[in-house]
Amino acid sequence: MDREPNPQEAEVPGAPDQVAAHPRLELLGITKVYPSVVANDRVSLRVMPGEIHAVLGENGAGKSTLMKIIYGVARPDAGEILWENHQVGIASPAAARKLGIGMVFQHFSLFETLTVAQNISLALDGRQSPARLAPRIRAVSEEYGLPVDPGRLVHSMSVGERQRVEIVRCLLQSPRLLIMDEPTSVLTPQAVLKLFESLRRLAAEGCSILYISHKLDEIQALCDRATVLRAGRVSGTANPKEETSRSLAELMIGKELPTCTLAPRVPGEVRLAVRNLSLATDDPFGTELRGIGLELCGGEILGIAGVSGNGQQEFLKALSGETPLADPGAVRIGAKDAGRLSPGERRALGLCFVPEERLGRGAVPELSLADNALLTGYVPAYDTGMLRHGLIQSGAVQSFARDVIARFKVKCGGERSQAGSLSGGNLQKFIVGRETSLSPKVMLLAQPTWGVDIGASMLIRQAIIDLRDQGVAVLVVSEELDELMMISDRIAVLAEGRLSRSIPVASASIDQIGVWMSGNFEQGPGDGATSPSRTGATGAVEHDPA
Amino acid sequence: MIRLEARTEASQKMMLASPLIAALAMLVTGSMLFVFLGQDPFHAFYVYFIKPASTVYGVGELLLKATPLTLCGVGLALGFRANVGNIGADGQLTMGAIAGGCVALYFPDVHAAWLLPLMLLAGALGGMAWAAIPALLRIRYNANEILVSLMLVYVAYLVLSYLVHGPLRDPEGFNFPQSRMFQDAALLPVLVHGLRVNAAFPLALVVVAAAWFFCDRTLAGFRMRVSGIAPAAAAYAGFSERRNVWLSFLISGALAGLAGVGEVAGPIGQLQPSVSTGYGFAAIIVAYVGRLHPLGVLLAALLMSLLYIGGESAQMELQMPSAITGLFQGLLLFYLLAADLFIYYRFKPRLKLAPPAVPVAEPGAPS
Amino acid sequence: MNAEQLIPFLASTASAATPLILAAVGELVTERSGVLNLGLEGMMLIGAVAGFAVTLATGQPGLGLAAAMAAAMGTALIFGVLTLTLQANQVATGLALTLFGIGLSAFVGRGLVGQTVDPLPHLHFPLLSDLPFFGPLLFRFDILVYGSVLLVVAVGWMLAYTRLGLVIRAVGESPFSANAIGYPVIALRYGTVLFGGAMAGLGGAYLSMALTPLWVEGMTAGRGWIALALVVFATWKPRGVLLGAYLFGGVTVLQFHAQGFGIAVPSEVLSMLPYLATIFVLVLICRNPKTILLNRPMSLGQNFRADA
Repeated sequence: MDREPNPQEAEVPGAPDQVAAHPRLELLGITKVYPSVVANDRVSLRVMPGEIHAVLGENGAGKSTLMKIIYGVARPDAGEILWENHQVGIASPAAARKLGIGMVFQHFSLFETLTVAQNISLALDGRQSPARLAPRIRAVSEEYGLPVDPGRLVHSMSVGERQRVEIVRCLLQSPRLLIMDEPTSVLTPQAVLKLFESLRRLAAEGCSILYISHKLDEIQALCDRATVLRAGRVSGTANPKEETSRSLAELMIGKELPTCTLAPRVPGEVRLAVRNLSLATDDPFGTELRGIGLELCGGEILGIAGVSGNGQQEFLKALSGETPLADPGAVRIGAKDAGRLSPGERRALGLCFVPEERLGRGAVPELSLADNALLTGYVPAYDTGMLRHGLIQSGAVQSFARDVIARFKVKCGGERSQAGSLSGGNLQKFIVGRETSLSPKVMLLAQPTWGVDIGASMLIRQAIIDLRDQGVAVLVVSEELDELMMISDRIAVLAEGRLSRSIPVASASIDQIGVWMSGNFEQGPGDGATSPSRTGATGAVEHDPA
Repeated sequence: MIRLEARTEASQKMMLASPLIAALAMLVTGSMLFVFLGQDPFHAFYVYFIKPASTVYGVGELLLKATPLTLCGVGLALGFRANVGNIGADGQLTMGAIAGGCVALYFPDVHAAWLLPLMLLAGALGGMAWAAIPALLRIRYNANEILVSLMLVYVAYLVLSYLVHGPLRDPEGFNFPQSRMFQDAALLPVLVHGLRVNAAFPLALVVVAAAWFFCDRTLAGFRMRVSGIAPAAAAYAGFSERRNVWLSFLISGALAGLAGVGEVAGPIGQLQPSVSTGYGFAAIIVAYVGRLHPLGVLLAALLMSLLYIGGESAQMELQMPSAITGLFQGLLLFYLLAADLFIYYRFKPRLKLAPPAVPVAEPGAPS
Repeated sequence: MNAEQLIPFLASTASAATPLILAAVGELVTERSGVLNLGLEGMMLIGAVAGFAVTLATGQPGLGLAAAMAAAMGTALIFGVLTLTLQANQVATGLALTLFGIGLSAFVGRGLVGQTVDPLPHLHFPLLSDLPFFGPLLFRFDILVYGSVLLVVAVGWMLAYTRLGLVIRAVGESPFSANAIGYPVIALRYGTVLFGGAMAGLGGAYLSMALTPLWVEGMTAGRGWIALALVVFATWKPRGVLLGAYLFGGVTVLQFHAQGFGIAVPSEVLSMLPYLATIFVLVLICRNPKTILLNRPMSLGQNFRADA
């Protein structure tokens, strides 16, 4: 690693440039235009050596595109890139790596059927064989507190471990600039702290870090400077440690970050009961579910936290009916045993579901919004009038779709426009709106605001709260702990295929949740004040005193 | 510099236009081929594409050949919409022919009106049964249905060969491998005296209308369509994959079987070692060129039929090789696939934006 | 059954297996990179007619084999352009390639029916070929029989131990990740598609130049499809192809040796055996979903497009 002099304090405007250090990376007027949107509009950025620089912005602000340009995956339509004060063109990721730029992707670029060493060998242009790399991998990973075993197959590793592989891969090339794209969405709170330690150490050795995120508290804890993007443009720069959340939010979206409040409510009768749900998996890369139990009442929101890859997909498919269960009583909707019922039959009992993937599962991109309304609206029990004697009533279908579009402010070309032409936020609003409008008794939602801009996120969160206020039993599975803390009545954690007991959000702490996320359900918060309808997970979980 | 850019919405205009573009490209290539073979392109074009359909008899032949292509094509189109790969239509056609033919051969002295409908039913059931095998193996054992249905084509050919060489051979047929000629009551009535086109053609039209209704207006048709485009969405919506696979195979098998019995109860009039000139495979092209829509399939079947009879006419008059038909068919599908590009993409020049006229604010300055 | 009947049976098994090995190994490499090419039957026929025609015209089997590979590669290139550059559906394009190949080969070969060429010469190894029993069993084949076995070994080694093999496997699993790292996914896939085409052409040429030195329309009789099933049977590993091809070869030639073995079954039933065996083998391998999920290249059949 290079040893460079520590960067001086923030520049004083107007002072002569007597500081020896020049910027490691400078972007001047970078512009990137896609057919439907200007992703980056004359963006300028400056990162000093050894600086941890945040790129802050909501979903859709243009952060990912900018990083693609810096890493050579995309080319700018206009603007200049200066590396160590020389103008450069970064034509490919290999060229970026040659300059000394490393990138840890948000959605990892790892190959599951290969080992860690093989993956890293590939990523380093393959000039060194996996066998030769193995000892170096071990050494570097231990040195930075991110241990990995070079011989392990990636598909057997947790998401957090995979991220370590990505980081080690970058470190092996002695980077001068490390780009981290939303790194903490896959980490428990404790692991986040460890990551920050490693990053600070790297920065102290002179490596610059570009840290992309939308999480204000992390940026305030970690970063020296922040460039804020909004709708493709730079809306300002700041020193996060000197700003308040409010001022940063103002830069990010022009107003204060909105919050939701839940009016206290007495929950109604049990509408969804899960008892000893265990499910082996056919998929060699999947997670087995073990002894999951919970009770969900009407008029409450249960948030299920957890890092992805711990069984969320499998759990939701068991609840929705996409994966049938052997034990009919493992899932009860209302008074009926639903374990062996198909998705259509469960929907007939009043179940509605917003899945994690909007394109290809929650909606079909090639079909119109009206057809997508029919996708789940056909169930006769929903009483939408879309179906009569097996024939589609297109009038009812279209008016339903129009209604959803209007009430949820979906920006589109009408109910006949193709679902794939909508932006992520608008499509998500449509799907949430569709499911909400089917008069559910039980509502399941997975990652409801993933990849969605703040405006749409707030609308969706409010819709969820409105459902709860109307007496619907709501289950939200999300990786965003902040979101769950904001909108849930109770919270539980899914880790390694097991579900913790649930506790009221008011008495939950981030630390506690973090401990549970690592699979350790033994430690409890010590208080006995759980709500009357408790979870009853089997296995090594404490049972609270009443 | 030109690059490909994805459209935000699939172009409806191109969906209709691309089969026409493909047909046009095929015709142009065909003309060049005629030149290569030493023919005058215009005369050859006339003999191949115009003359055969210019007489009443010619139109009758056009409709006659279009019938099995339409029946098979509609069935395949329904299946392909559901992403079910039934490539074995020719085998199902053959088994339908065998089943229907066996009924006729079993009742040699019957001249009642119920014979023909019974034969048609037997043909449909025979094709359905043959198609049930790949369906079952896919659902129970995840076996790839493209390969299974295709293997069964060869098996069906061999079954027919065995039957006409052995148990079903006409004892008064001079040892030729063929069955007895069917009696009149076992033959489809001809539509117009002097032409060969028979009652199977209006039946095919009814099938086209029924399929159109099924795809457009019924939930069952919608379910099949969704499961073809986005299987995860179909599972989410509660559409049973099993039911869709069964429905696809049974419908296309029945229609292919119907086409088969239509051939042997029609222009062939008996069971022979081969009862199909590759209709089951040509129907694949017909289904795609017809955009997987029943009406499109009918139009594409007419085009494909023209290629068949044009080939025969060119062979007789110009001594052109009969293999040219297969070549045209393959070219047509290739051009269609190439033209389909423009449904989802367009060509765009690489953008070169001018640098900003206004100097950009210094980064790092207090905002 | 005695040695006198067994040796010709086993020897003809090797000949019957060779075209399957060539075509299947080529397709295996293509599929490992994530591309499903259903056009094997068509490419084999193109190779068969090209090899036969050039050998007939020049008297040089070496030129014939080269022409077969080149011609099949040409049609594979059409497939590549349509699916890799123009983003056409791989299944439909593969079917189109088969139909086109059947039509084109029939067209080109129309004047060749009834002609013959000298079959590929059988090699003679000093000492080894004259051994009793093992001589005729193992050491008197033509060059492609041995070549096909070497091909299996070479491809297996390449995939498991070389950098190219690693990259192919990576692209087959996740072209997006490979692209993000910077590997030329499309160029690589063009390479594997062309390789698959060349091998299919070679396999087809073996039929018309060694197995039965004739040209007949549609002479592959479904071998291209059987080769596709072989790749699945082998769970995408070359050594499995070798085993499967010899099993199929044996089943295929059984119909010619059945009388000698005293099997009294109608000839059509014996002819059905390879096709029924294919179905049986597919059911056997595919019924455990884990086997397929673990071994099937994850991106198989899905098109890839790099973003601007």
